[in-house]
Amino acid sequence: MPKKSVQAFKDVLLEVGGISDFTIRFFKEGFKPRYEWTEFGRQCFIIGYKTLPLVGVTAFIMGLVLTVQSRPTLEEFGAESYLPAMVALSVIREIGPVITALICAGKIGSSIGAELGSMKVTEQIDAMEVSGTNPFKYLVVTRVAACTLMLPLLVIIADLISLYAAYIGVNIKDVVSIDLFFSQVFNSLVFGDVLPALIKTYFFGFAIGIIGCYKGYNSMKGTEGVGIAANSAVVVSSLVVFILDLIAVQIAEIMGLT
Amino acid sequence: METNVIHQLPKPVDPKADAVVEIKDLYKSFGSNHVLRGFNLNLKKGENLVVLGKSGSGKSVLIKCMVGLLTPDKGIVEVFGKNIPKLDRDELDHIRVKIGFLFQSSALYDSMTVRENLEFPLRRHWISKTREEVDELVLEALDNVGLKDAIDLMPSELSGGMRKRIGLARTLILKPDIILYDEPTTGLDPITSREISNLIVDIQHKYNTSSIIITHDMACAKIVSNRVMILVNGIKFTEGTYDELNNSIDPQIKPFFE
Repeated sequence: MPKKSVQAFKDVLLEVGGISDFTIRFFKEGFKPRYEWTEFGRQCFIIGYKTLPLVGVTAFIMGLVLTVQSRPTLEEFGAESYLPAMVALSVIREIGPVITALICAGKIGSSIGAELGSMKVTEQIDAMEVSGTNPFKYLVVTRVAACTLMLPLLVIIADLISLYAAYIGVNIKDVVSIDLFFSQVFNSLVFGDVLPALIKTYFFGFAIGIIGCYKGYNSMKGTEGVGIAANSAVVVSSLVVFILDLIAVQIAEIMGLT
Repeated sequence: METNVIHQLPKPVDPKADAVVEIKDLYKSFGSNHVLRGFNLNLKKGENLVVLGKSGSGKSVLIKCMVGLLTPDKGIVEVFGKNIPKLDRDELDHIRVKIGFLFQSSALYDSMTVRENLEFPLRRHWISKTREEVDELVLEALDNVGLKDAIDLMPSELSGGMRKRIGLARTLILKPDIILYDEPTTGLDPITSREISNLIVDIQHKYNTSSIIITHDMACAKIVSNRVMILVNGIKFTEGTYDELNNSIDPQIKPFFE
């Protein structure tokens, strides 16, 4: 095996080890008092509320485009009446959680990576440490917890917006009342469609938070390191979202929830 | 506060004063780079000790070991009789409140105003303080550094000299017994450097603090020092008053004073 491949493999293992250590530290320190409620609330506002416009617009476009693009195929089989059900299943089971998680990986992951990276290289984290504050609890635990809590909420809102956009999409060619549209949507959904999709979003949120924080908190090489931290936070967390999605689908299938 | 003239000499140190810091046989390496190789130091109550040395000689490493930001490989770092490397997190945080640390880059929290920067350590340690008491302490600290008007500015709106002073105000707000200055005048013009140096002496007089000042700036060393120590190859090469070392003919000492 070429030397470069061996080194790349070693780097991946080191990265996985580093993130695992960081995660263990999160669980060790996160449940010990003192709890940073104020900072946690502030992070929930930043991560949840401030990401909502971007998630909302994307979800609206996603629902509308999915409906408009799916219609011709369903029309070929005379199955356009299944359009609400098809869109609902696609959005709630897969597209809503994954697209929202990817948007959050881009917006939140990069922002956390850059913010903590910049704090690291300008000694702000050290300053916090010497002032008798545990920076890991104050900066990392609050951000990861806020990400884990806010992502499912964002996904629920994104799903609802997408379905509303799908309703508009259906009405471009047909005339369907909102009651009929949503009754078709809810009739097509079962417990096994909603719950696994919702549960996996907690893991997506946790992964985005922990990877963003890990990259920023361990940033080096000055300002160049800040850029690298932000960039790799997005790349790694996006990849991890897909991997977690794959695992979640497999688990749901094994448990008979698909 | 008028700070652009030398108003006073450093306060003389009581020869019988207790040592507040004692470092014995300190070793610290980074890989194969042996930075400290059996370093010894003691700092008396109310004393200003200047540590001189070439870049990379381990001066900053030394003071980072004193606040637990770095863990020494070997040796004793006693602050108020407590060996810092042996303390647990809570004990360390407790002792850190008594030690102020002025970072070379000032390390002001970018996302907070000057007021919030100063309130941060207060809120962490004196939770029971009322709004009025917190305001009073913030204004007192800002008054000490002559920057009361900057209270609502963001760090990005401050000049280099102002950042140092605000950093010093934040250090002072918990009324520490020991202050560690990491190159307090680096990157400043000669006039601002002299203002900062005078401020260090003023603080010593006002609060009877003990300080270690890491610097390359000989003008600063002359103004602030009760004692000067020279660090060469990771050990204490010599020590004495500024004038004693200035008059030395030793080829290792002379270059610092030329």
